[in-house]
Amino acid sequence: MSGTVELRNHRRELRYFQFRLAVSAGFILLLFGLLFARFFYLQVSQREHYHTLAEANRISISPLAPNRGLIFDRNGEVLAHNYSAYTLEIIPSRVANLEATINELASVVEIAARDRKRFKKLMGESKRYESLPIRTRLSDIEVARFAANRYRFPEVEIKARLFRQYPKGESTSHVVGYISRINHQDLEQLEARGDSTNYRGSNYIGKIGIEQSYEKELHGITGFEEVETDASGRAVRVLSRTLPISGNNLKLSLDAKLQEVAEQAFGDRRGALVAIDPTSGDILAFVSKPGFDPNLFVDGIDSENWDLLNNSIDKPLNNRALRGLYPPGSTFKPFMALAGLELKKRTPEYTISDAGYFSLPGSSHRYRDWKVGGHGSVDMHKSLVISCDTYYYGLANDLGIAKIFSFIGQFGLGKLTGIDIEGEVSGLLPSQEWKMRRHKQKWYAGDTISVGIGQGYNLATPLQLAFATAILAGNGTAFRPHLVKQIQNSKTGAERDIVTQPLYTLNLDPKNLARVHAALVDVTRPGGTAARAGEGAAYTFAGKTGTSQVIGMKQGEKYVESKIQERHRDHALFIAYAPADKPKIALAVLVENGGHGGSTAAPIARLVIDYFLLGKLPTGAAVETADDEEDVHD
Amino acid sequence: MTRFVRLWHYLTRYVDNFLLGGVLLLMLIGLVVLYSATDANLSRVTNQAINMLVALTVMWLVANIPLQHIMRLAVPLYMIGLMLLIGVALFGEIQNGARRWLNIGVTRIQPSELMKLAVPLMMAWYFDKHETALRLRDYAVATLLLLLPLLLILRQPDLGTTLLIASSGFYVLFLAGLSWRIIAGLLIAGAVSLPVLWSMLHDYQRQRIMTLLDPSQDPLGAGYHTIQSTIAIGSGGVIGKGWQNGTQTHLDFLPEKSTDFIFAVFSEEFGLIGNTSLLLLYLMVIGRGMVITANASTQFTRLIAGSITLTFFTYIFVNIGMVIGILPVVGVPLPLISYGGTSMVTMLLGFGILMSIQTHPKLVKT
Repeated sequence: MSGTVELRNHRRELRYFQFRLAVSAGFILLLFGLLFARFFYLQVSQREHYHTLAEANRISISPLAPNRGLIFDRNGEVLAHNYSAYTLEIIPSRVANLEATINELASVVEIAARDRKRFKKLMGESKRYESLPIRTRLSDIEVARFAANRYRFPEVEIKARLFRQYPKGESTSHVVGYISRINHQDLEQLEARGDSTNYRGSNYIGKIGIEQSYEKELHGITGFEEVETDASGRAVRVLSRTLPISGNNLKLSLDAKLQEVAEQAFGDRRGALVAIDPTSGDILAFVSKPGFDPNLFVDGIDSENWDLLNNSIDKPLNNRALRGLYPPGSTFKPFMALAGLELKKRTPEYTISDAGYFSLPGSSHRYRDWKVGGHGSVDMHKSLVISCDTYYYGLANDLGIAKIFSFIGQFGLGKLTGIDIEGEVSGLLPSQEWKMRRHKQKWYAGDTISVGIGQGYNLATPLQLAFATAILAGNGTAFRPHLVKQIQNSKTGAERDIVTQPLYTLNLDPKNLARVHAALVDVTRPGGTAARAGEGAAYTFAGKTGTSQVIGMKQGEKYVESKIQERHRDHALFIAYAPADKPKIALAVLVENGGHGGSTAAPIARLVIDYFLLGKLPTGAAVETADDEEDVHD
Repeated sequence: MTRFVRLWHYLTRYVDNFLLGGVLLLMLIGLVVLYSATDANLSRVTNQAINMLVALTVMWLVANIPLQHIMRLAVPLYMIGLMLLIGVALFGEIQNGARRWLNIGVTRIQPSELMKLAVPLMMAWYFDKHETALRLRDYAVATLLLLLPLLLILRQPDLGTTLLIASSGFYVLFLAGLSWRIIAGLLIAGAVSLPVLWSMLHDYQRQRIMTLLDPSQDPLGAGYHTIQSTIAIGSGGVIGKGWQNGTQTHLDFLPEKSTDFIFAVFSEEFGLIGNTSLLLLYLMVIGRGMVITANASTQFTRLIAGSITLTFFTYIFVNIGMVIGILPVVGVPLPLISYGGTSMVTMLLGFGILMSIQTHPKLVKT
């Protein structure tokens, strides 16, 4: 009996167990159904979405930086080119202990204190995730040594990079300029211009000179590469590639050889020289002394060299030709003379009797001539040949400042010349309006007198003086001075000339021009202020000496060169063109603290023109100071 | 020839061919996927094959043991396991922030792994002993037998193992006929105690749960696993990218791709078709386990077979659920496919028990 109960009980339990088991099976099927639903959702409904995500995961687009365009001089000599070299690079933000890594690296390849300083400086200037070079231009041996020790430096990458090099170094530093690493400001500018995508692969940008102003031509178009990458960002293989387009090459109007001749002619002197072809505006030579080695800037300059350049008393980083402001001194006189003739204030025959000074009517103040006692009777021709001050005091007074301003302004003084590199300053050709604006003072008649001899408020850059000289040499036809002559398309090879249309032509009387030209030719002949420099010239050599005061002289004080500190001596100036009847070259020379134009500046001009017209190379490196007969202060 | 056949028959007389076939097929798939997941690393595949052979041997050995003997082992195994867990709590070695290992001189062992079988065995044994008239008190005692080791393992902490042992214990309780009312009551109590449980969890466990709810809130940290695995699965599409062609796998976007996340590798390369086939294969193995359970003759064998089968399912569901982003990331391997020896052995030990239940002469109570 009890057995049956147990058995029935047992059977009931078994049935109940099997019911529970069936419930479990249903539960399992339900949850498997849930899994399947999720599979279906992910792999069918959302497949496109996840496919895109997977592709985005694996494909990264990396930029291919274009090769920068090359820069040549007018004869095809290379002024800037690229060469490939290996660098060791680090992304600082990805390295835990930078100091330790660099120290360890130093045991494999040489890392100088200079490299460390430069790296620190770069870190301060760069974007957060930028790869920065700790060592550049590795030798083959260093490359091999690093490769063998590579496993020790997972954070250091070796990369083949193109480097910019300037084979002419200092000589073209102020013309060609340099490129350097892109910094925050550059980046902001690129973004503002909408160019930042085109610079995704670029590390460098032109900072000054041609490299800066022709950045758009030189840079080229960045290419792109679709690369399959793994989760750690390493490239596995290339899927597709759009090649970059190299930047365009530039052919300058500059003659590198002429530039070197001019540099050598300066020797150790500071100063500037700008030579222009008056028939086209081509700049043939553009010298600012001293220069600097632009190659130092390419990888980021180290602080030691930077301090050296930046703090030097000679200011090698100053582009004197472009930005140096100097009173034009007596080089102003030919333009004054032409103004006198054109505006009918003087005839060629009009003669003054020079007693060595000029006084305004009703004033006792004496404007002194450089020659004590004066030059005696002086007409226009003589006034230019011997550089008589008294003649121009009177002429300035007769013309008045308004007419001087408007006439001489036509020669580009007081205005930007529009040269194709950036940073030019406009100098100063004073006027009544200017003085009121700037000094809140009215113009005094006395102000005009010193303007007449290129002093007073007058300020001009060597470039402006050369430009004015070129207009004079070209009989009033002005061409925009330019350094780039031709742009060569790197892809098609097509050459595009920079069109040289005259900016304007002044309506000048040829007879008046001929008179000024003749006088300027006599300046370099016996009896002229640059007679020594003009001696034996095989062409007609027109020029005008000038001196600009560095410190003012008191009334009655005499300028004695030997008593004055070198840096307080006058600046020597010379403007010239040749051959005078059909000028091929016009130039302006400035020698800082050089004393007189005739003795230091004119010989430099002579050497440059001798080389340009005759192919004559100077014998000595620097010009010997030519001794003029008199100890003149022209 | 016939001698060999006879020997073979003798050796395999306690092996369930259907179950063995399913296991071997899954293992084969496991090796094929592992070959891809390890980027054709033959030494790891060989290693895994050896793990499988060891596990199969264990399974065969267990299958040959009559159930009465296994039943006798239930209490001592449970006691030893419990003492070892206490030992872990007191002297255990800390690795990756969790105290799971015990150094017993010769080697290090992970007692929680033993408990995966010892707990259901013990509970089944208990219900078997009190089979005649199960009262509420019996369920309470069984629950206590479950909770004791569970709390020790949760403290280690080991969320994955806790979860698996809890479910294996729950399955025993459920199959033993725990009243629906109590189950409902437990569910409600569980829901109520969630906040308490939450406060007991470690930060990284909370993080895992939070990340499950919104993986995008920590895409490079805790959410990374789930994001990358769902991308792998979704981008696999219907037919998959093909064996060894999974980009997520071979470009290293998938983490832990040969262990806990190996399903993502499989799914990326074989697509929805592969997934469905794998689910069906698992379902067949589970189904066989169900049949064995249904045919089992004693309370003990029924409960233990049911628990083993349902726990096998739990592994699959929790692992795949985590990889496809519907469950939190807990360390549960995909049975018979994930790389690793320990879980393989535990799994096949269970299958050995199933085989023993199925193939040994059934004891019918008189």
